[in-house]
Amino acid sequence: MRNKTFRFSSIIEWGTLLISTLLVCFFLVVVLWEIISKGSSVLSWDFVTQVPSEGMTKGGIITPIIGTVLLTLITSIFAIPFGVCCAIYLHEYAEDNWLTRTIRASIRNLSGVPSIIYGLFGLALFVQALQFGTSLVAAGLTLGLLSLPYIITTTEEALMRIPNSTREAALAVGATKFETIKDVVLPSAMSGILTGVVLTLSRAAGETAPILFTGAAFYINGTSGFINQEFMALPYHLYMLSTQHQSIEEVRPIAYGTALVLIIVVFLLNLTAFCIRYKYRKNEN
Amino acid sequence: MKTKLFAENLNISFGAKQVLNNINVNFAENQITALIGPSGCGKSTLLRSFNRMHDLSPDAKIDGRLQLEELDLYSKTVPVTEIRKRIGMVFQKANPFPKSIYENIAYGLKINNLPHDKAVIEKALREAFLWEEVKNDLKMPATRLSGGQQQRLCIARAVALRPEVILMDEPCSALDPVSTLKIEDLITHLKEKYTIVIVTHNMQQAQRIADKTVFMYLGEVKEEGPTAQLFRNPVNEMTANYINGHFG
Repeated sequence: MRNKTFRFSSIIEWGTLLISTLLVCFFLVVVLWEIISKGSSVLSWDFVTQVPSEGMTKGGIITPIIGTVLLTLITSIFAIPFGVCCAIYLHEYAEDNWLTRTIRASIRNLSGVPSIIYGLFGLALFVQALQFGTSLVAAGLTLGLLSLPYIITTTEEALMRIPNSTREAALAVGATKFETIKDVVLPSAMSGILTGVVLTLSRAAGETAPILFTGAAFYINGTSGFINQEFMALPYHLYMLSTQHQSIEEVRPIAYGTALVLIIVVFLLNLTAFCIRYKYRKNEN
Repeated sequence: MKTKLFAENLNISFGAKQVLNNINVNFAENQITALIGPSGCGKSTLLRSFNRMHDLSPDAKIDGRLQLEELDLYSKTVPVTEIRKRIGMVFQKANPFPKSIYENIAYGLKINNLPHDKAVIEKALREAFLWEEVKNDLKMPATRLSGGQQQRLCIARAVALRPEVILMDEPCSALDPVSTLKIEDLITHLKEKYTIVIVTHNMQQAQRIADKTVFMYLGEVKEEGPTAQLFRNPVNEMTANYINGHFG
């Protein structure tokens, strides 16, 4: 009898977990299928290499693609060095006292702040106070601010995984603290750091709210490319095609195509993170 | 016998916890000295105070005199990197750098601005009885070596810098008996050139390799003497109990 109840309850436990997993997978597949089936019809070489034309009802999406690439580049240039250096300082140099604990907790809290808040902050600081205007650089810096907490947190976690015995090994042969970090700790933590960085950037590349007021344009003529000018970006282009365009029904296929391209971009970035991790794992063993 | 390294009236505490209590101990040149005692008696703490590994712990308070011959190890005018170059260390768990075998030896030489051509690397690997096993795989990541080989690589890394003293913190505790014997054999050879201080939990090991043995208990040196004498006729009752396995 006891045995039977045990088996019954274990089936319930197992079943609950399985059903949850299947449910998650189901929605994921439905979303992907919806986008792929409706977006693939417009996807072509021309679609990703031509500028939008005739009020964006025809032509391609090269302008928002270039905009998103440049935007992510500016975000990286700003957020990666500062984020990684900050994490190194917090983990390797700073003493563990109430001040650093407060700083660390604040950084973690910042990663939970809604992205629209970053958008408003970017508008106030970069666009207005620093007079950058609505521009690629203002939007890139805003996305950089959004990315910093993630980069700092993932980098710190990667550093935490390096055992102290590794640091001692370098110190024991006469390395200074900086040499130890530069030559031994960072190379060991590199796979974790890069993975965190790439995943953060792929998240930043898909953000809409922070660039809404800081530089993303409804439409620009020709291709974007100057850091002091407005630009088009994939997520905003998608938002605009699906809700703001004067003939929404007509541009629906382009909207789906844009969504598909955005997903492919994010997928490629995640794939890069995966490859980096795989390569380093192979070297480590 | 000439004293190479010594500690005088050494007290170490971490925060409120006193770990070493008025230690006076000296290590003779070209001799192997074993530090024995139950876990937590402070042997590793004592060992690590000589190459200033406690600099990493902000709450460590070190009081007393530590000298390598005439050199005050805690003098403000001597860079800590210089001390660590002259006093090498091998750790409990082999900790090769995540680099190639070659780079593992070359790294310490490079940062100390010493020559690091292939001949120097080969010499260090030969001294650690490792050359024959790795001479064709110098580019291989060091982490692919076996545990015993990794530990010999760490010894090679230490001897490459031509230190005067090598501190060893239970270097065989994670190894199988065959690898352990190989490393013991290596250590006995190394004493011709270096002064060696080794922390060990293994009584047989201390008797096999050490010239002198120091027994520590609760942060104090309870007894010290030539190894054979200490194990055969311990004066202190606690030493006798420990080496006969009554506690530990």
